[in-house]
Amino acid sequence: METCYDNPMTTSASAATLPAPVGRRLPGDLAIWFFILAELLAFGVFFLAYAFTRANHVELFNAEQLTLDRTSGAINTVLLLTSSFLVVRAVQIAESGRSRAAAPWLAGAFACGAGFVVVKVFEYSAKLGAGITLSSSTFYMFYLSLTFFHFMHVILGMVIIAAMWNGARAGRYGPDNMNGIETGAAYWHMVDLVWLILFPLIYVMR
Amino acid sequence: MENATIAQHDSSHGTPRRAAIIWIVLLLATATTWTIGERLDAGPMVAGLLFTIAFGKGSLIILDYMALRRAPLLWPLVTLGWMLVVCSVIGLAYWKGLAT
Repeated sequence: METCYDNPMTTSASAATLPAPVGRRLPGDLAIWFFILAELLAFGVFFLAYAFTRANHVELFNAEQLTLDRTSGAINTVLLLTSSFLVVRAVQIAESGRSRAAAPWLAGAFACGAGFVVVKVFEYSAKLGAGITLSSSTFYMFYLSLTFFHFMHVILGMVIIAAMWNGARAGRYGPDNMNGIETGAAYWHMVDLVWLILFPLIYVMR
Repeated sequence: MENATIAQHDSSHGTPRRAAIIWIVLLLATATTWTIGERLDAGPMVAGLLFTIAFGKGSLIILDYMALRRAPLLWPLVTLGWMLVVCSVIGLAYWKGLAT
């Protein structure tokens, strides 16, 4: 039978008996960390391919980079950082034994992800409307493919956050059942982490 | 029995206050990157600053938000190592672009 963590008696007992932290612990499922490392390697290869291709076409890349909307990129950075903060708060709240109270924080994180998607769709629409495609130039090929690869990770992350929200609402998470929420949180932070390099690399560095 | 199970869990997600302070620092760092972009600043010093900021932001995400600060050392080292290598080699490629 599944444990529900929102019984007030359970919660107060949990708070009273939480131990001082001991030892080192990898949060979430071990498998997600191997998946995260594989993702980081893939993004790393793309970033370095962009950087070295740029080195051979500096003037082209600098000129076409000026057509990108840096403010949209910055807004999307703020949205991802805020969603990561909200996920951290949800994890902390779940860890304190208040699974259902974590759900609104996860809903906020999902909303930030949705905001990212909306901003990106407007950005892509403007570029496609201007006749820019993958074959327009080397710069646009990198810009569209790299950002779209990341965009797909945001979509997957939102699906995972929705599953976490569902689990939190069901009272599934608690101090002795953190694996699911920690695993999803680790994936979402990875999506954020990758964007922190992508934004200065493609939108700003010149 | 329940208390015994709870006692096995090791808290590694920090405090709400620390998470909020890190969030504000990350937003301020993002504002700095955006300002550099809007001013169209360029050059090796600017590129170095951009990726120093990116490395700093990434380190906070890795150590605090991903909660690897208190994970077995292999994991923060590998993840921070990835950040360091990617940011450094981007810097190297930028340098190569100056020479061509």
